[in-house]
Amino acid sequence: MKLRELTALELGAAIQKGEVSIKEAAQAALDAVAARDGALNAFITVTAERALSRAEQLQAGVKDAQSPLYGVPMAIKDNICTRGVRTSCASKILGDFAPPYDATVVDKLAKTGAVSLGKLNMDEFAMGSTSETSFYGPVKNPWDLERVPGGSSGGAAAAVAAGMGWYAIGSDTGGSIRQPASYCGVTGMKPTYGTVSRYGLIAYASSLDQIGPLCRDAADCAAILDVLQGKDAKDGTSLDGQYSHLLSGLTGDVRGLKIGLPVDCYGDGLNGEVRSAVLAVADALKSRGAEVVELAFPVMEYVVPAYYIIAAAEASSNLSRFDGVKYGWRAEGYEGLADLYRKTRTQGFGSEVKRRILLGTFVLSSGYYDAYYKKALQVKAVIKGAFDKAFQQCDMLLTPVAPTTAPRLGESLSDPLQMYLSDVYTVSVNLAGLPGLSMPCGFDSKGLPIGAQLIGPHFGEGVLLSAAHAFQLDTDYHKRTPKGGDLA
Amino acid sequence: MTWETVIGLETHVELATKTKIFCSCTTAFGGDPNTHCCPVCTGMPGTLPVLNRKVLEFAVKAGLALNCSITRYSKFDRKNYFYPDLPKAYQISQLYLPIARDGAVPVHTGAGDKTIRIHELHMEEDAGKLVHDPWIDQTRADYNRCGVPLIEIVTEPDFRTADEVIAYLEKLKETLQYLGVSDCKMQEGSLRCDVNLSVRPMGSEEFGTRTEMKNLNSFKAIARAIDYEAKRQIELIEEGKRVVQETRRWDENKDATYAMRSKENAQDYRYFPEPDIPPIELSEEYLDGLRSAQPELGEAKRARYQADYGLPEYDSQMITSDRALAAFFEALVELGAAPKQGANWIMGEVLGALSARGIEPKDMKLTAPTLARLIALVGEGKLNRNTAVKVFEAIFDTDGDVDAYVKEHGLEQVNDDGLVREVCARVLDANPQSVADYRGGKEKAFGFLVGQVMRELKGKANPQTVNTVLRELLTR
Repeated sequence: MKLRELTALELGAAIQKGEVSIKEAAQAALDAVAARDGALNAFITVTAERALSRAEQLQAGVKDAQSPLYGVPMAIKDNICTRGVRTSCASKILGDFAPPYDATVVDKLAKTGAVSLGKLNMDEFAMGSTSETSFYGPVKNPWDLERVPGGSSGGAAAAVAAGMGWYAIGSDTGGSIRQPASYCGVTGMKPTYGTVSRYGLIAYASSLDQIGPLCRDAADCAAILDVLQGKDAKDGTSLDGQYSHLLSGLTGDVRGLKIGLPVDCYGDGLNGEVRSAVLAVADALKSRGAEVVELAFPVMEYVVPAYYIIAAAEASSNLSRFDGVKYGWRAEGYEGLADLYRKTRTQGFGSEVKRRILLGTFVLSSGYYDAYYKKALQVKAVIKGAFDKAFQQCDMLLTPVAPTTAPRLGESLSDPLQMYLSDVYTVSVNLAGLPGLSMPCGFDSKGLPIGAQLIGPHFGEGVLLSAAHAFQLDTDYHKRTPKGGDLA
Repeated sequence: MTWETVIGLETHVELATKTKIFCSCTTAFGGDPNTHCCPVCTGMPGTLPVLNRKVLEFAVKAGLALNCSITRYSKFDRKNYFYPDLPKAYQISQLYLPIARDGAVPVHTGAGDKTIRIHELHMEEDAGKLVHDPWIDQTRADYNRCGVPLIEIVTEPDFRTADEVIAYLEKLKETLQYLGVSDCKMQEGSLRCDVNLSVRPMGSEEFGTRTEMKNLNSFKAIARAIDYEAKRQIELIEEGKRVVQETRRWDENKDATYAMRSKENAQDYRYFPEPDIPPIELSEEYLDGLRSAQPELGEAKRARYQADYGLPEYDSQMITSDRALAAFFEALVELGAAPKQGANWIMGEVLGALSARGIEPKDMKLTAPTLARLIALVGEGKLNRNTAVKVFEAIFDTDGDVDAYVKEHGLEQVNDDGLVREVCARVLDANPQSVADYRGGKEKAFGFLVGQVMRELKGKANPQTVNTVLRELLTR
């Protein structure tokens, strides 16, 4: 049995049957980390000893396991709080901050028997689309070490693609799960805003942030979301509701399902190979009995500006608490309070984070609020309206995740505006609070993975996962692994 | 030229909820530094605020009592600024859609009646405090107050005198105490007031340039600061100078205000809607429920005491000066005490005992049934008033059993006319000089004789009977 090729659910089943011990699985993942992460830099913190002792502990209870994911090794993006384990947001300013509490998702996963291997690299404070802005150095794409894995959950996507854990927990503010999933050839899901508690997720943009899984396939995503979703008393924005069991809803039956193709998402700026691969998804679903309709989505030119204004505004406020006074890193050689703030924040934040703090501070400033922030909120309402209209004509939308496959390292850092524009297909989903799924749908001529995005209405997770599952029954893009994985 | 002073108030009131506005930490005053806080109220990374519904309820109750219109769709906003006592570097407050607006508070002063308009009432969180230790030249942060719930009540610039301001604050304090939403203790900072003040020529419609005064810790300080600041502004203008729009600090010791910061270096708080707290939508049923549960306030009680119980205005004022005291009085009446008797006991013995012990009425041990029994014993002639006061003192601290105490100490009033007659005769025999004095027209001697009789009877005799019998024997 090649553990590396199993999905999380398959590994969970093997653990249940006693075909593999939890410790063997954890050791295999740690071996992969030891072999590959020197090159990939997907982890900021590896908690090997913790993982192995936890694996032994869990093995004792394997007979009473309730979850199909019991004992499966995984890893967590470093902006999600883990009690007693460094949670850095890939920033210098948080230093060795080890929170005295677990995020609600971490708590839930622990209760289902997850084994955490450690904390995953990312763009600093989740600000970036390439995972190059980390204080701990850039993450590399396992398919091509010269290329970025996407971001900001680049460490999460790279780890899952390279077999360093069977799934990862990431966060998505404007595409931060879906786009790296696309660049690394894994399946990732950003759930409906409010369905997964944000308690313990260090905020970038509170109204847009959402935690979700990155996995080998849609079924794994469903199983993990079954654990994560639900109202949390610690998060006032988490939603009450009828949460259906997603895993058992995966039938592969897409007959009668209406797939909408927003023509505005297939125009200029979209790479031809990406376009063909994404449209092929429509054909595959059609052959299973789905219906495909073209429709207008005439708001694409507004989504990136609205997103960057709202996200930066919230970020400028959310990141103000990192001031060197209470925890984390503090600059030396300051004189007085203002100088403590100035030096700590100037030296503690990287340039992309500072750019967004400045942008956000500007758009909230007296005299500019109405022109930028308020206007962006109005645009957000228009975008929501456009989605509402689209979902009157179809059950889900099929779009690219990104205009291209993974760019080369360094390309985006030199042109941040170009990087922002590459978020065009993903940010609208966050602005509207909708669920979005990214799945592998092919490879370009350079051998790089291409991702397709499915967007659903509020609480539409079930139908998106079902369609993705159906597609994955007919294809094997999601099963391919980068160059055998042994890169180092 | 005669000048008119124009004043508006911003009053911060700490709500009397048991727990903080966005977490379950205690709101108790004091405590060792940083012992009443948690990751949420200290704004640790990743934590989220969850609104305490009791805070909302208290704010709505206050809004209703101040005759405000309640905002059905209300939101929180962030007020951003850096300061070490504010661990998130923003305060969660309400700017765009405060919970209540457009209220009105009638006030009475010696100069007549007036209505003060309320501009708005909003909810917000308190900040921590910084303590500077000059010995080690270090400033330390105490986050115990972080997240203690406040309401800020902003009036229109409707005040013209310090008297009106104080009358409004007294009314506000009484109202909030009766509602049970705040204890309004200025010395503990649970009622804090900023005064916006400007002056203008009498008859002018335009407002002058205003200053804002902070650090006003008592009604007395407020009144003095208003007088000082109005005078300062008038003098400036009369000297041909200009009033600068600025924040000024009242210095209690020096009896003067000092500039803190001017509008030119005013901060830009970059308010925007708080994304972590969903908008608050209030239903008609919710508001109806709170409306019908509103307690009777001081004003209404005073009117009722005068109309229904025939209490003098002074008595009603005294008794309603405290919510617990009024409740105590009403319980006495309910238990059958004559209202005026009850009022006399409260204004005399009860308030005296409380003040001697430095206790608040709400913390008093003595219960209404106990005092009602004591009053009843006097009414039934079983105790005389003086003995009753002694019993009161003896049982006040423990809410002791009146009947048991009276019995144990043999304090029942002597109503045996035969015995009183016998003792009176004996006293007259023993004091021929006093008898002669009385008969000679010295009324004072009568008092002495009464005293002698009471002493013989250990103070338990009915004074009325002693008087009657003595007079009768002396006129024979």
